[in-house]
Amino acid sequence: MVSVGIDIGSTATKAVVFDGGVRGRAVVPTGWEPREAALSALRDALLQAGIAEGQVGGIVGTGYGRISLPIFDRRVTEITCHARGAHHLCPATRTVIDIGGQDSKVIALDEGGMVSDFIMNDKCAAGTGRFLQVMAGVLDETLDGLGSLAAGAEPVSLSSMCAVFAESEIIGLLAKGLEKERIAAGILDTIARRVQGLAGRIALRDTVTFTGGTANNPAICRVIAAHLGVKLHVPEDPQFVGALGAALIAAD
Amino acid sequence: MSLTQTEAFQRIATIRERSVIALKESKETGLKVAGTYCQYSPAELIVAAGAAAVSLCGTSQTPIPAAEKVLPRNLCPLIKSSYGFAVTDTCPFLYFADLLVAETTCDGKKKMYELLGQIKPLHLMQLPQVQNETALDSWILELKRLKERLEESFGVEITSERLRDAIRLLNEERRSLKELMDMCRLKPSPISGMELLTVLHNTGFNIDRRDNIALMDQLTAELRRRAAAGISPFTEATPRVLLSGVPVGIGSDKVVKLVEECGGSVVGFENCTGYKKLDPVDEAGDPLVAVAERYLRVPCSCMSPNPGRFELVKRLVEEFQVDGVIDLTWQGCHTFNIESHALKQFVQEQLSRPFLQIETDYSESDTEQLKVRIEAFLEILARPR
Repeated sequence: MVSVGIDIGSTATKAVVFDGGVRGRAVVPTGWEPREAALSALRDALLQAGIAEGQVGGIVGTGYGRISLPIFDRRVTEITCHARGAHHLCPATRTVIDIGGQDSKVIALDEGGMVSDFIMNDKCAAGTGRFLQVMAGVLDETLDGLGSLAAGAEPVSLSSMCAVFAESEIIGLLAKGLEKERIAAGILDTIARRVQGLAGRIALRDTVTFTGGTANNPAICRVIAAHLGVKLHVPEDPQFVGALGAALIAAD
Repeated sequence: MSLTQTEAFQRIATIRERSVIALKESKETGLKVAGTYCQYSPAELIVAAGAAAVSLCGTSQTPIPAAEKVLPRNLCPLIKSSYGFAVTDTCPFLYFADLLVAETTCDGKKKMYELLGQIKPLHLMQLPQVQNETALDSWILELKRLKERLEESFGVEITSERLRDAIRLLNEERRSLKELMDMCRLKPSPISGMELLTVLHNTGFNIDRRDNIALMDQLTAELRRRAAAGISPFTEATPRVLLSGVPVGIGSDKVVKLVEECGGSVVGFENCTGYKKLDPVDEAGDPLVAVAERYLRVPCSCMSPNPGRFELVKRLVEEFQVDGVIDLTWQGCHTFNIESHALKQFVQEQLSRPFLQIETDYSESDTEQLKVRIEAFLEILARPR
């Protein structure tokens, strides 16, 4: 059976078409209209797979926008979907770390790959993809640029985890003439400390799989792995893990 | 007909309005009223003084901005709301109260009471923070001090006989409430958590205890009929949640609402607005000592250590066929927030049940974030164990 998973995140909307394996996938910016983004990601992914909408047996929606679409047969939270996707890609996964656009989470899986516990960050942007985006913006860099800039630099210590306060702190440091590289390294450090704080509330068991678009950035992966003292497994295309999990659940 | 449309439920739903009218009339004919905030307030002494013991408001977001003009913003919403109602004079029960009875439970409350005491006559009881013999001795002295204050303020004598009568009456009310709450042991429960919360919340404002007992017995009888006929808002498969942690009421009910909107059933409230109320006072022996023993036993996180809470959670998880425990902690409530760590270990390891801590306040700003956590938790509970 052909199934589809659509993960409507706060930043990006991802769709995966699954039929024994991934047949097609697409990512579009969520923008201000999550419904349109979901439909457009669905169209693109089906087109890539060469499958007509009528052939799809089930669609599961996940992500913060999961409430908004009548095409979904079911809605499942991103916690369950990320766990399912990560376990499918790497059956040894016992912990999933996901840094999304508006929240970050650490998920514990049992031997069968089922969620046994999870923890999410508080309701603010500290430790999320949004934090990175805002800080990269202050330095006039892209996310990738932020990573390469940070490589090898001695991180400056930023005391603010809050996206608003950290921005003022960085502007202050720039005014003092501190090197951009050190600030970039400090920003990654802040994210890693935040994830470390979250992860401290759940026993981190191997294998730790890192999902979400942020995991595409090797510099961030390195810093987080160093802070947690674990090896991170980053699947190919970590951004699609939630949508893949949703497609797998739709195929059940 | 839904449960909320039944006569018993309708009367319970309007207790607050009726109680305000009754209070106004009774005050004109000389009734004395003592307001309480906490499960540690020994209502038996107030009732034995011939006065009405009523709960005071503290579960609404509305007066919090007014409270924040004085109190720190990062204080627990329950304390801010209670104080906010007082400074804005918007709680009718506080308005009618001749005396407030309060206790030194947590740091936030006892310092807030210093400020509240400037607005209203307030008797502060020094609550011990440990449950042993020495603590009991000093707590008995505190109860004697309250007895004297009530006698002096209300111009009455609290005899042992009157205290025994009050103990019997309040135990009868506990018996009635327990039978009602125990209907949730059935699978599926014939009453939703939100409906039960309405009963728990509203009956606290009733000055007529016998009316409370009659209404709750009537509702329990109705629930028995419904259960026998297989009527329930839930199914056998609905995940059953025990809510532990901080007190909740109408207005601070968002987590209960969300759990049930997301497809769960709240079958028990292990908090001081729920099952902790039901512990009866021993009717034998010295009545004042018996009252002291009962109230010192309340397993609140302000006690250190607090083993009673863990025992109660274990008992409720087993007796109410609970699938998972949600520990609700208000932001700024240090004692419950810290205790959550030990409770999580206890529930996951000793009771083998999934556990979710939710730290929030009275505002609606985090509804969507809470929904994700609660839905994900219910997804865990819905799996066959």
